[in-house]
Amino acid sequence: MNQQQALHHRIDKALNNPQLRRNFRTAMDGIRERRADQFPDDSKLQALREQARAIRNNALGRQAELLERLEAKLISNGIQVHWAETPEQANALIHKILHTANAHSVVKGKSMVSEETELNDYLEERGIEVIESDLGEYILQMAKEPPSHIVAPAIHKNRFEVADLFREFHPDQPYTDDIDELTGTARRVLREKFANADAGISGVNFAVAETGTLCLVENEGNGRLSTTAPRIHIAITGIEKVVEKLADVPPLLDILTKSATGQPITTYFNMISRPRQPGEKDGPEQVHLVLLDNGRSRIRYDDELLDTLRCIRCGACMNHCPVYVHVGGHAYGTTYPGPIGVVLEPQRLGIDQVGSLTSACSLCGACGEVCPVKIPLPKLINRLRAEAVDAKREADSVPGQGSLRTPGEAMAWKVWSGIYGTPRLYRTFTWLATRLRRLAPSRLKPWTQYRSAPKPAAHSLAELARQEGFDHE
Amino acid sequence: MSEARENILRRLRRNKPSTMPSGSSPPPQEALSREQRIQKFTARQQAVHGEVHRVGEQQWINWLAVELPKRGLLRVLCGTGAIGRELQQAAIRGVSLSSYEQPVEQCKAELFASIDAAVTGVRCAIAETGSLVLWPDTDEPRLMSLVPPVHIALLPAAAIHQRFEEVIEKEGWAGGMPTNALLISGPSKTADIEQTLAYGIHGPKQLITLILE
Repeated sequence: MNQQQALHHRIDKALNNPQLRRNFRTAMDGIRERRADQFPDDSKLQALREQARAIRNNALGRQAELLERLEAKLISNGIQVHWAETPEQANALIHKILHTANAHSVVKGKSMVSEETELNDYLEERGIEVIESDLGEYILQMAKEPPSHIVAPAIHKNRFEVADLFREFHPDQPYTDDIDELTGTARRVLREKFANADAGISGVNFAVAETGTLCLVENEGNGRLSTTAPRIHIAITGIEKVVEKLADVPPLLDILTKSATGQPITTYFNMISRPRQPGEKDGPEQVHLVLLDNGRSRIRYDDELLDTLRCIRCGACMNHCPVYVHVGGHAYGTTYPGPIGVVLEPQRLGIDQVGSLTSACSLCGACGEVCPVKIPLPKLINRLRAEAVDAKREADSVPGQGSLRTPGEAMAWKVWSGIYGTPRLYRTFTWLATRLRRLAPSRLKPWTQYRSAPKPAAHSLAELARQEGFDHE
Repeated sequence: MSEARENILRRLRRNKPSTMPSGSSPPPQEALSREQRIQKFTARQQAVHGEVHRVGEQQWINWLAVELPKRGLLRVLCGTGAIGRELQQAAIRGVSLSSYEQPVEQCKAELFASIDAAVTGVRCAIAETGSLVLWPDTDEPRLMSLVPPVHIALLPAAAIHQRFEEVIEKEGWAGGMPTNALLISGPSKTADIEQTLAYGIHGPKQLITLILE
């Protein structure tokens, strides 16, 4: 099965699952409404988006310098910094830290970057117990599924599906499908894990170069527990998460939580700058930061595509995407779903691997309108569609450029541009098309599955215009 | 892995984007009066199930002396600073007080299993988001505001600022950050099942703020 067939297969599967579609529809409707409630004044929203865009642009424009400053500051604060170009390197680094410290059990706060590297599998294969502690991630760990949304990972499951998982994995706990009681069960079973884990692994929302501070945004407290209770804390993040100064943080935090979940702020905003200091009674003795590239630095080779890296992972683009709402996150088949996934993943993994994703878009523009850092997502999706069939291969182009080009399609467009570029040919073509309109095919494979085939009109627009007395084309 | 570092930095340096337009800041906000800040903080906290009470500056001990036994919060954790000392002196009847004196390794089991509530101070607060700002320290360690099921925070009314930006600037945070700085805006919560809010997942189930006036 090629990538396109595989994508269509996943989409069909999602579309034929009414429960899944109801789960997404309900969740997305709610989340959109809550976001809108946070931005009653559009002019203020636009000013805040502009400010957030500028902060992220500044950080990306000076990324190498800021990463070096971040590293120097973190080291002087006592936090150890590691660099990884690939997921394999990142996983190996983390395993080595754990192995050296004789750590056998890990509690994890939510981290999409660790999903990118498939860290859990890597560590479990090496005999380390890994427990996801974010409720949604914990549910998915039981279900052995990847997240279907970057902020609300288990959004595709309803309470009964969750209740069944708890019954299966915690038969000693009383059965319930009440959400409050399920939450209580999770609290009970995970408490003991937090108390006993050797290490905690988390992501990072913003890494502040000025002060060497790792910022984490969360509601549950599992992020704080993972980064405070065990004796080792390892944070993993993409290299694009660096920002210049502490003053950059409040506007980004503000627009992040409002855009993501429609909250004025999350319950916890956790800023970590040091391991446990002499005299302090808790907190990890070691703090590590793993900076992962994984294709990000390559995205910078193109000024237009560079906008991709402004993303602060709020998920608003997927919440507002008509395609995502219908098919859900798993249909995309990549770590990051929705519009940002459609833009990021082909650049990260190659068009030859996942370029078909760019077809999962109607170019309606909703994602571009809600993006808190003004990433022109529809424009970038269109650009990647062009990259996918572009024949010119340049040194720094998107990996897999031109790999979705087919001779038939290329020829059709060549003929089309030949006809449209030559007035005499164009006139002949339209004359023939209008006169021979009865011969136009009525079935056009997937197009006519749900639509009727287009038929040429009896007279071309130019002809009608001439009849009306316009003498100049 | 310094090779990875060099490779990444080389790639980042090689492509400096040609244009990175900067932007404008949003318009300044109207300043709130002290009373408005208290009201706003309270409303924000209550909107996320935070409990807020306004008590006299010297009255918080009396409030606790009544409320702790009444609510069945009989095993209470305090820090080793001024608040902890006052609590020790008050010796509230029926309430057994533990002081966070040992490193967590020596008291983890007790902390996780047999504490009903912790009482801490706060550094300041933010009205606009209803956030308590904590810089945990040797007297009041990080887990105090996280592990016990109830967190009671003492907030001087004068320490409620309007915005986070303001706190960072006025207090000169950029000049030196503590090991851990926290914004706490309500009790722990989740919406991971059906986007339905449920309170008290991993952190405190209840957050009680006493505004001291």
